[in-house]
Amino acid sequence: MSVNVKIPTPLRSLTAGRGEVAVEAATVEEALRKLDAEFSGLAERIFDENGEVRRFINVFVNEDNIKDRDHLATAIRTGDTISILPSIAGG
Amino acid sequence: MSPNFNDLLAGVKREIDEIAPREVQAGLAGPRNFALLDVREKDEWDQGHIDGALFLPRGFLEVKVEKLLQDKDQPVVVYCAGGVRSAFAAKSLRELGYRNVRSMAGGVRDWKDLGLPLVVPETVDKDRMARYSRHLLIPEVGEEGQLKLFKSKVLLVGAGGLGSPAALYLAASGVGTLGLVDDDVVDESNLQRQILHWTSSIGTPKTDSGRRTLFEVNPDVKVRTHNLRLNASNVEEVFASYDVIVSGSDNFQTAYLVNDAAVLLDKPVAYGSIFRFEGQASTFIPHRGPCYRCLYAAATPPELAPSCAEAGVLGVLPGTIGMIQATEAIKLLLGIGEPLAGRLLVYDALEQSFREFKIRRDPECRTCGENARIELADGPDAMCATG
Repeated sequence: MSVNVKIPTPLRSLTAGRGEVAVEAATVEEALRKLDAEFSGLAERIFDENGEVRRFINVFVNEDNIKDRDHLATAIRTGDTISILPSIAGG
Repeated sequence: MSPNFNDLLAGVKREIDEIAPREVQAGLAGPRNFALLDVREKDEWDQGHIDGALFLPRGFLEVKVEKLLQDKDQPVVVYCAGGVRSAFAAKSLRELGYRNVRSMAGGVRDWKDLGLPLVVPETVDKDRMARYSRHLLIPEVGEEGQLKLFKSKVLLVGAGGLGSPAALYLAASGVGTLGLVDDDVVDESNLQRQILHWTSSIGTPKTDSGRRTLFEVNPDVKVRTHNLRLNASNVEEVFASYDVIVSGSDNFQTAYLVNDAAVLLDKPVAYGSIFRFEGQASTFIPHRGPCYRCLYAAATPPELAPSCAEAGVLGVLPGTIGMIQATEAIKLLLGIGEPLAGRLLVYDALEQSFREFKIRRDPECRTCGENARIELADGPDAMCATG
């Protein structure tokens, strides 16, 4: 399945400034791992030492939080958008 | 010879039915089956009217009554100051097809002479009417809403990028009391976005500078300054008297403290944060929707959060996000619309796009989850200060 992954501003330094990257994957985890293969360093920012999404990051498939679906195993379909949203603190 | 006024009135009175004030009062006391219509002018209504009456001045009667009273079989009692205007009104209503219309004989004059009660509505006084006239015209705000805003108290945590536009608009809107929390002084590098502060304020506390600007915007507004850094021991006292908190601090520590105290004290929070070209906003309503900690269980650690002084921020960005927060605050105060609760709004200035995500309560949330016991705590020092 081809999906678009939206890269948040704080992580764009790792994607050469790109805000959106297309990957082929069947689950959210696969999509994020493939992204890391292309842009090294991303996985480390997203996953903790147990391979879970870090607590200061939320990952959404379209408008749904993967925490409310099957977490990293959430299946994705062609045309879905995965969004990575880290907490930010500027005010 | 054409009839004079007295002839005309006598003719009208022969055509219509009248009702005595005592009878109207008895009817109002029981299960009410009639509509009571006050056809006097606004200033007369404001000086005192019968409780439960609908207000429709004689001049607009024919134009507007069918919208106000849609069932023409429902009995209607009309009153005015002395029973003359209401007699003419009753005749018009009959001609419009209302089948059971009576005019209250003697009007408010006789009602008062019998010692019967009137209610005096709270009103926006005349010298303030002009300032808020565009609010008064909106049915969802109107006089009642504007009076609510006058009585409301909003606390802005952070008088910086987000707090600036929010405070300016909330003051302009006539929110009665605004609190500003900030322990910083105005720095030249703030002025690119913190529009509450002007060049002449460089070096002065942001709370003082903010109060000065807000007074120029709207002298009706009472501004309370809290020139301090929120911590576990002062946050409850600072929050206590406010209705809504606008969370626009520049560090995670304060964001979590604001969240935890707001849940503890049951105060809704209009939340916003910004980074370079991107902003996030949501509204956290304790126990009815997710809180900030449900959304982000932990803060981005310093080693992964780029220093904001290095990262920078587009000057106009906090304007967009701060205005969303101010809009949410106004809606919460007025009780109108759909709050941004359970939704995270993400704005990308470069794409000029808004995206919305569903967020839910976390049953294991340390702050508002099933087994939560809130202990206000001061975390490590701020790790990301855009100032």
